[in-house]
Amino acid sequence: MSTVVDRNLPPALSALEAAVRIQGVTFRRGERVIFEGVDVHIPRGKVTAIMGPSGCGKTTLLGVIGGSVRPEAGSVEVLGHSLVGMSRAGLMRVRRSIGMLFQSGALFTDLSVFDNVAFPLREHTRLPEELIRDLVLMKLEAVGLRGAHALMPSQLSGGMGRRVALARAIALDPTIMLYDEPFTGQDPISMGVLLRLIRLLNDVLGLTTVVVSHDIHETASIADYIYLLDRGHVAACGTPEELRQGSAWARQFMNAEPDGPVPFHYGGPSIAADLLGVAEA
Amino acid sequence: MIETLRDLGRSGIGAFESLGRSALLFFYTWRGMGEVLTRPRLVLQQVYATGVLSLVIISVSGLFVGMVLGLQGYNTLVGFGAEEQLGVVVALSLVRELGPVVSALLFAGRAGSALTAEIGLMKATEQLAAMEMMAVDPLHRVVAPRLLGGIIAVPLLASIFNTVGVWGGWFVGVGLLGVDDGSYWAHIETTVSLRHDVANGLIKSMVFGVAVTWIAVFEGYDTVPTSEGISRSTTRTVVHASLAILALDFLLTALMFD
Repeated sequence: MSTVVDRNLPPALSALEAAVRIQGVTFRRGERVIFEGVDVHIPRGKVTAIMGPSGCGKTTLLGVIGGSVRPEAGSVEVLGHSLVGMSRAGLMRVRRSIGMLFQSGALFTDLSVFDNVAFPLREHTRLPEELIRDLVLMKLEAVGLRGAHALMPSQLSGGMGRRVALARAIALDPTIMLYDEPFTGQDPISMGVLLRLIRLLNDVLGLTTVVVSHDIHETASIADYIYLLDRGHVAACGTPEELRQGSAWARQFMNAEPDGPVPFHYGGPSIAADLLGVAEA
Repeated sequence: MIETLRDLGRSGIGAFESLGRSALLFFYTWRGMGEVLTRPRLVLQQVYATGVLSLVIISVSGLFVGMVLGLQGYNTLVGFGAEEQLGVVVALSLVRELGPVVSALLFAGRAGSALTAEIGLMKATEQLAAMEMMAVDPLHRVVAPRLLGGIIAVPLLASIFNTVGVWGGWFVGVGLLGVDDGSYWAHIETTVSLRHDVANGLIKSMVFGVAVTWIAVFEGYDTVPTSEGISRSTTRTVVHASLAILALDFLLTALMFD
């Protein structure tokens, strides 16, 4: 794991040991530029949040880290392995160290809660069924759903489904956990449970956590560092406190202010010009 | 004019791209077959889902097709005083053509569309992406068992269709119209060749099984992950698979029964 200092990042952040290092990444979807020369440094053992306006490429960035999105330029290093040009077999090996919680939970609907959590264990290990049973129940205990192991995904609430998916994501004891919008559509209690779990799992299991989210206050409460993305670039990064005191754009985003550098009104002629026919100055 | 040509070119390129993607899917899926063979339970589940659950529609259709063949065959043959040949007409029609073709068409409608919708929904609900992120290849874990299950199920279903159809013809010919029971079975036994008719019919079924299941899993895997996209893919599966069956049937008939 490297500790090379990046030009575009705060020295305090870039000096930390990196679990993920993204440098100069450019990615386009058709004509649309998603990233242009983006540098992101995910420090090991910390909770890092990726935030920004809708469509700024937050989830795509998770795809870059997980190897499902191949950038046109730049380098992506995960746990010391360069993903650029890596074979599919190599990528699959790296992915065994990564757990991901999808926005929808992505539980297998034809499998019970137990079998969903057992799935990665059965696919990647030759453990006896008794041991798999114990491991699955322990993972479910960690998310508070041991008692629900016999249920089917259709019998779970949204929050419970997300917690089962979390138990499945940590089944193989990953080094890095990626969360894609984990709080979307959650009631306050479920959100509180998820927030607690994300922070707790990170600290207790010694994980490196990356959270993509829109929920500023909740995410800021558990994040050690936050990256704010905007129009294909890293607009700001640092601790939540640093960003709250940072640039006008970062302050507007962090405080969810409706007007500021990102204007409330979409650009166009003035209201006087439109309604009264007054010529523009 | 230029716009029409451009649209034509675009759809042509799109069709070739789609063909290329389906060939790649088939290649990579086939490469994972060794892994699937070590876990026969996955394949058996698919044989059950696509084969056993299609038994009712296959059996009922086979019965009625056999009964219609018996009725039409009797009405034609009786004019020449050759009604004792009814068993041969029914059996050869079923074993050589109607059994493989109709059972494959029914399979495309019942199981093929279900395969496409299932895989398409797995894609739309991020289940395939989740599998990828768990370092499990969906082509090996999801597509390969379904492909193999379909290839096994179609010839078995065609055999059942043929058997039930021959009994349907017997019911109408012998049971209702008075054709001699012994003649019905004896002419089938002496005329229908195991190698030339039955084996070729089974080979046809296997080819149809590969084509239908391949089209179904590809359409599901390649779908646009929206409700409209899955609906279109499911329709495409039935249309493309039906056309493929009929075209392949002509080709195989020309090669086998020349």
